[in-house]
Amino acid sequence: MTASQQTWLLFGGVFAMLTFASAVGWLLQLRSAGRGHPQHPGIANLNARIKAWWVIVGLIGVALLFGRGGVIVLFALVSFFALREFITLTPTRRGDHVALAVAFFLVLPEQYVLVAMDWYGMFSIFIPVYVFLLLPIIAALSADTTHFLERGAKIQWGLMICVYCISHVPALLMLDIPGYHGRNVLLICFLVLVVQMSDVLQYVWGKLLGRRRVAPELSPSKTVAGFVGGVLSASLLGAAMWWITPFTAWQAGAMALLIALMGFLGGLVMSAIKRDRGVKDWGAMIEGHGGMLDRLDSVCFAAPIFFHLTRYYFTA
Amino acid sequence: MLERVVASAITGCARTLTGARAHWVGCEPQIRPRIYYANHTSHIDFVLLWAVLPPAVRACTRPVAAADYWSSSGLRRYLIHRVFHGVLVDRGGDPKAKDPLVPVVAALDAKQSVIIFPEGTRNLGEQMLPFKSGLYHLARQRPGVELIPVWIENLNRVMPKGHLLPVPLLCSVRFGAALGLGDAEDKAAFLQRARQAILDLQTI
Repeated sequence: MTASQQTWLLFGGVFAMLTFASAVGWLLQLRSAGRGHPQHPGIANLNARIKAWWVIVGLIGVALLFGRGGVIVLFALVSFFALREFITLTPTRRGDHVALAVAFFLVLPEQYVLVAMDWYGMFSIFIPVYVFLLLPIIAALSADTTHFLERGAKIQWGLMICVYCISHVPALLMLDIPGYHGRNVLLICFLVLVVQMSDVLQYVWGKLLGRRRVAPELSPSKTVAGFVGGVLSASLLGAAMWWITPFTAWQAGAMALLIALMGFLGGLVMSAIKRDRGVKDWGAMIEGHGGMLDRLDSVCFAAPIFFHLTRYYFTA
Repeated sequence: MLERVVASAITGCARTLTGARAHWVGCEPQIRPRIYYANHTSHIDFVLLWAVLPPAVRACTRPVAAADYWSSSGLRRYLIHRVFHGVLVDRGGDPKAKDPLVPVVAALDAKQSVIIFPEGTRNLGEQMLPFKSGLYHLARQRPGVELIPVWIENLNRVMPKGHLLPVPLLCSVRFGAALGLGDAEDKAAFLQRARQAILDLQTI
């Protein structure tokens, strides 16, 4: 099968899944309306989520049609929206203005230009080394010393999570894997599908049998049953998708397990930040889900690990 | 024609950059003479407030702006007169000058709405400044006009004083319930109540 045939098959599967989900959501709504609760908040939220998924899958599909450039631009925009949400919730001061402008208008585009240039060496150290040193210099020149270290740490953290980590998704296009030439887009599909299905399956398992909460002080919705069921079923799903990857079925399952675990832990970390800032969601961009970062917290943590493991073990 | 293109480019930019949406907390968007009064922390406060109004409401809503600032260059004159349809007022403080609110009252009488910033100047601190008395005089002269408190959140971080390049951060614009001048209310009490109405919108 060619790469594009595999992509079509994959999208066919996602399409079928979403159609099934929409049908279930519609039936649940009919049933609850029949009992005289027309506005059950849980079901309304479920349907809003499913609707948002249609939009997300559509956007990814359009990006894939444009090929490499489309994927890079899509994730650059995703980084932009995520960083905007992150900085909005992070208290900065007037003295940070120039540093923030540099972060948004120079660092973010440059990171994705590096991906487009296939310059792995610079891609991997640009933000952790150069920007890490540049931003505090800019902040120091503004001569505002109040909470200096804290402010610098917050901007650097925002860039690492929202730009550096997310850019590892399109960076998968850079990898030169023997016998897998021209198919790297499928690696992105694998990563995104496993992470997002792990989130979805954790939600489904949690709603079906969840009782005990994993971390009640961090997240009210993460349950033990959701965690175990979600991570295991996402790993099985990953193993079942081995045919689109350069991995064997076992390797694909192990990768998926790792992706799902990192995604879960990433979700906990990002929840901790939200709790500290006293908010429930990062934003309101995606109806039913919250903000861009609410949907991407797990991708941020899974993508770099998946990238480097694949690069270390599978590239020439 | 060109003015319309410029106007939609500016409002489009403002909305894209800040992701701002109008939250009509205490009232609905309506076409009737209203005074929208808001906290003032940035150059572009009025642009954002104006941009989030529904187009039909925006078409009959005019920002009140300082004549000295907006008359000082050709570009500014073009923007304030042709694009934003601003109402220019003198803020000279010359006691012998005629009542600076005359053009604002005229706009209200012509069934238009206005946007004003009763703090008088851009506020650089954390707390909102005390209100100048213009809002009170307008409320007294035109008792039928609704006063709508508006809280603009975060815009001071988007473009603080002294910077020309905005940084993209999420903003929100909240419109509260209309208020009017009470029968026996004096100036200080009214201004205090009007200011509190904006502060109350912060925590919603």
